[in-house]
Amino acid sequence: MWFKLGQSILKELRLLFRDIGGLITLFVMPIILVVVVTSIQDSTYQSISASKIPILWLDHDQDSISFRVRAELEKSQSFELVTELNNKALTETAAKDAVFSGRYQMAIVLPDNLTSDLNIKVRQNVDAILEEMGMNTASYEPVTLERKEVRMYFDPATQTAFKNGIKSNIDKMIAQLESDAIYKTFETQLGGSGSTSFNEPFISFKEVVPQTHPDEVLPNSVQHNVPAWTLFAIFFIMVPLSINIVKEKSQGTYLRLISSPTSNAVLYTGKIITYLIICLLQFYAILLVSKLFFPLLNLPELNLSGNKVLLMSLLTLTAGLAAIGLGILLGIVCNTQEQSAPFGATFVVILAAVGGVWIPVFAMSDVMQVASKASPMNWALNGYYDIMLRNGSVVSIIPEMGLLTLFFAAIITFALLYDKKKRSV
Amino acid sequence: MPAIIKIQNISKQYKGSDYQSLNNVKLEIPEGSIFGLLGPNGAGKTTLLSILCGVIRPTLGSFEIAGISSNGNIRRIQEMIGVVPQEYALYPTLTAYENLVYFGSLYNVSKADLKPRITSYLKHLGLEKFMHKKIHTFSGGMKRRVNLIAGILHNPRVLFLDEPTVGVDVQSRATIIAYLKQLNQEGTTIVYTSHLMAEAQDFCTDIAIIDQGTVFVEGTPQELIQSIPHAHSLEEVFIALTGKKLRDVV
Repeated sequence: MWFKLGQSILKELRLLFRDIGGLITLFVMPIILVVVVTSIQDSTYQSISASKIPILWLDHDQDSISFRVRAELEKSQSFELVTELNNKALTETAAKDAVFSGRYQMAIVLPDNLTSDLNIKVRQNVDAILEEMGMNTASYEPVTLERKEVRMYFDPATQTAFKNGIKSNIDKMIAQLESDAIYKTFETQLGGSGSTSFNEPFISFKEVVPQTHPDEVLPNSVQHNVPAWTLFAIFFIMVPLSINIVKEKSQGTYLRLISSPTSNAVLYTGKIITYLIICLLQFYAILLVSKLFFPLLNLPELNLSGNKVLLMSLLTLTAGLAAIGLGILLGIVCNTQEQSAPFGATFVVILAAVGGVWIPVFAMSDVMQVASKASPMNWALNGYYDIMLRNGSVVSIIPEMGLLTLFFAAIITFALLYDKKKRSV
Repeated sequence: MPAIIKIQNISKQYKGSDYQSLNNVKLEIPEGSIFGLLGPNGAGKTTLLSILCGVIRPTLGSFEIAGISSNGNIRRIQEMIGVVPQEYALYPTLTAYENLVYFGSLYNVSKADLKPRITSYLKHLGLEKFMHKKIHTFSGGMKRRVNLIAGILHNPRVLFLDEPTVGVDVQSRATIIAYLKQLNQEGTTIVYTSHLMAEAQDFCTDIAIIDQGTVFVEGTPQELIQSIPHAHSLEEVFIALTGKKLRDVV
């Protein structure tokens, strides 16, 4: 039996390593994927002056509020405010057209008299409160003011997350200015000098990352992305494996295999061991590139301190088993490469989406959160995060490894039973 | 000669099919014979071979090979038989030698025996110098010969061949047929399907004609020719028994 198994593994390795396209798919593409995605995600989180987002800025107010909003936006280092289009002063119509045509991501239009009207409105409100308290301080006749509107135009292609982020920042700035104006008006009306600064917020937020050792590296985009996209690459092994099985059926070699006195267990164990070796090689290649190549791209270095590599290797083995089980099932069910390749590729993308590779599970709808809990990619991702970000030990990844192994056992049993049934009809 | 294969009332109806691919087939194949299983397209030849090789299961009935019943003993039967499928059942990117080592290992040929056997078979079939060339560089005739070797590496008692000479040149066909005759003389029972009536008439010691899942007649080629008035060849017998109607099936 060992000779048969050895020959099966040798055969699979020969088939794989003589297929240049397949090798590129298995090794080069995942590395490119991890490098590209990590670079993109890293730059999203960093404030790099070279990647400022241009915003059309139309200021009808030209007073203290608009000056402060502008100053805050410029201070953020994320935006470049554009006030002219084609060497002409910006108009609202021109700004709207430029944004809707996709030339700019967004435009902000501040209404005229924003500062003066806000000051009047605040003064009226303060007067009303003081009068209620028995202090008649009204300094002028009340006037009716219309609500002021800061208009923001967004390119329809702009992603909602980006839009919401900008809107909430502007909203926060305006609220801060309004409260500042209220404080100042109260102070003036009550006879103060009006010079006291209320700009400093009393409550601040501090992010505290749980650390068990003081020398641990804080989470960064590399620690997040390398496990997620490595997993994506590992599950992609479904595609070449299913093609390998479908090809055997179409070439006629499958007929020779099933008419030989060799059990399916031996035949498929050969494939399982070979593709597990490939999974591990993929994993080590990605780790190596992340460790050595990322610093050259000004990306944070992958932290592999302690026994992280060993723990991740164990988890990769079980994640690889789950992916291989799915690949074998797909190969057995499909009759042509035209069925298996697109289905396999799409299925991996769905598994990744459901598993939380792109969007965190906590941000998903209730239904999708339940679906995510049933996704092998989610189990594996949690295991990787336990190791990479939560400094987990082998005990903390045992549940994920167990689930992945059980998933493999269930899928492979189903696949072999299906194959048997298919041949008995 | 005693029968090495006994087929007992085998019927096969595929799921979703309106008709039976095999209908109560009873057949005895003598040991040491070259048995031709002839019939038009869709007659049930390949289905019968697939059942005898343990690839698919019959709906009804059973069979015995060398006294071993098919019921629960398929692995033991598969150790005794060799299969040469109609397709080139080889890995195109592996060399002839690599293919043969792999398939030989599946049939429990020991590591020590494999190399001399492969070399010997390749030499007999004129392929020794192409031993380390990849299969996708081979001509149709060369692939057929490697396909044959893959089915006989373990010295089977019974060899099943599904149209082993289809699509090959005259030289390759002659080499294959001559080698099969030699194997038969050395004791291997051969069960063979073909559409080439002249080849079957010359090659087979016994023949069964099958159509619509039923065995019509069986006997030696001469017996069959004599059984049909004015017939001079197996082809005339075949036409007389199965008719001229096209047998396109889907």
